[in-house]
Amino acid sequence: MKKKRRNNFFSHLFLLVGAFIMIFPLLWLLSSAFKNNNEIFSADFSFIPKTITLKNFKNGWYINPQYTFGHFLGNTLFLVGSMAIGNIISCSLTAFAITRMNFPLKRVVFRLVMLTLMVPSQVLLIPTYLIFSKFRWLDTFLPFIVPAFLSTQSFFVYQLIQYMRGIPKELDDSAKIDGCSYFRLYLNITLPLTKPALISVAIFSFVWTWNDFLTQLIYLNSVRNYTVSLILSSVVDSTSLTNWGALMALTLISVLPCIIIYFSAQRYFVEGITTSGLKG
Amino acid sequence: MKKKRGKQKYDKEAIFFLLPWLLGFFVFVIWPIIQSFILSFTNYDVFTRPEFIGLSNYKEMFEKDRLFVHSLGVTFRYVLLSVPAKVTFALFIAMILNKKLAGMGIYRTIYYLPSILGSSVAMSITWKMVFSHYGIINQLLGYFGITPIGFLSSPDLALETLSFISAWQFGSAMVIFLSALKNIPTELYEAASVDGAKRRHHFIFITLPMLSPVILFNVIMNMIGSFQVFTQAYVMTSGGPVDSTYFYVLHLYRSAFEQFRMGYASALAWVLTGIIVIATAITFKLSEKLVYYEN
Repeated sequence: MKKKRRNNFFSHLFLLVGAFIMIFPLLWLLSSAFKNNNEIFSADFSFIPKTITLKNFKNGWYINPQYTFGHFLGNTLFLVGSMAIGNIISCSLTAFAITRMNFPLKRVVFRLVMLTLMVPSQVLLIPTYLIFSKFRWLDTFLPFIVPAFLSTQSFFVYQLIQYMRGIPKELDDSAKIDGCSYFRLYLNITLPLTKPALISVAIFSFVWTWNDFLTQLIYLNSVRNYTVSLILSSVVDSTSLTNWGALMALTLISVLPCIIIYFSAQRYFVEGITTSGLKG
Repeated sequence: MKKKRGKQKYDKEAIFFLLPWLLGFFVFVIWPIIQSFILSFTNYDVFTRPEFIGLSNYKEMFEKDRLFVHSLGVTFRYVLLSVPAKVTFALFIAMILNKKLAGMGIYRTIYYLPSILGSSVAMSITWKMVFSHYGIINQLLGYFGITPIGFLSSPDLALETLSFISAWQFGSAMVIFLSALKNIPTELYEAASVDGAKRRHHFIFITLPMLSPVILFNVIMNMIGSFQVFTQAYVMTSGGPVDSTYFYVLHLYRSAFEQFRMGYASALAWVLTGIIVIATAITFKLSEKLVYYEN
């Protein structure tokens, strides 16, 4: 008993130190965002700024001469929101058909969904870029939103299939006997029961789009359409040593939405990973 | 509502439910795959018509493109450094968290947090600052009298630093390990204890074999992800110093969107796919004798 307690003490000590290391860069970011420029890299570091300043946020907010940082936050939120909605609608329709309906080549369709999971995005990158350029969709949000509404994120389809399979079929049968159409069955019975998985899809879609960089870098060129990722990357390229504080403030603002979503919807993250082995 | 066709009953409405997927699959998956394959045998700069050049792109890679060979080496080293580190961390922390300690939920939350922010531009900037010449890590080392280390500015260290940073995101693997650990029947451990097995025997003879399919899964998923690393290198090092972090996808990006060599970049994408498939197959093959499947 005594040995176990001592063991637990060491486990806790170890976990605490580990936890500190894990959030160390975030704590550093948090404190730097409120520091004066010359204090950020000054030799005597402390987590609590000697003088707490909000100047960095003001400077950061107006770092682009044409648009405020709010404009880029707005762009990103619009992109993230519409993609999450698109993914929820289109992927749940596909998953519903595969788990609840009978149609020719059903197994082939399921296999193709699984196969899409394995195609590295780099293979699709160049031809889809050329397709969007032909559609004249470059430098708009359409290359992101339209595919999201067309159920191309197989991870989400797979996750929803896994979840819908667990919903008892008896419900469908009794609804069908009562003369319920497939569309009403989907809307009034299956979707409400799939809610936890749908939330999981929404937040993963949110976080992945928010953090995405490569596709945004390729499809969006004009500053007007920049997302948070793009403006941050262009600021870091051009920042002279005098502007670090503003950069830190912007970086802090741009990690906040994901952190807030994570803390308020944690359980769905864990559920999402364990049901489908999603990457983080 | 249902129509009889042969023996099977088909639901006609299925087509409406499948329509988005069908459209998406043909326009944004199958068609691009075919196009990419064809493009990889052409010379195409977006402005003039593609010109068929046979296998020249593939030949050029291996015979003339020094940066291709170099980026391949860099990426392999990155995979070999980051994947084992990530999976080991994940397993180690999951084992401790599985002890049912008080506050376990809070620890799990904190350890998973970095994986949410992942390889975003924001985190890459933060890391760049943390590891910079005047950054906090060098300041802390300074207290021990160590002169500043060029974590990201020295060609001998930059790749190792990036691998270390990627190991920081072991959260998903950890959560998967945790749920797998919970599924190991406790009777196994009890029976072993009755037979006189020690704690470390438990780990080697029960935990590891029972977890082996999940370990394989985590290794493969992280390996595939590591082959495709891009953002960190683009933001933190731009592939430098002296190309020491010039990853494969960075080479692909520059070929396609800076030099507009769409055909060549398509060929690069197919070689990457081939490498990932082969690496996955080898990992499966190597693990055959090590992985224990219950059924």
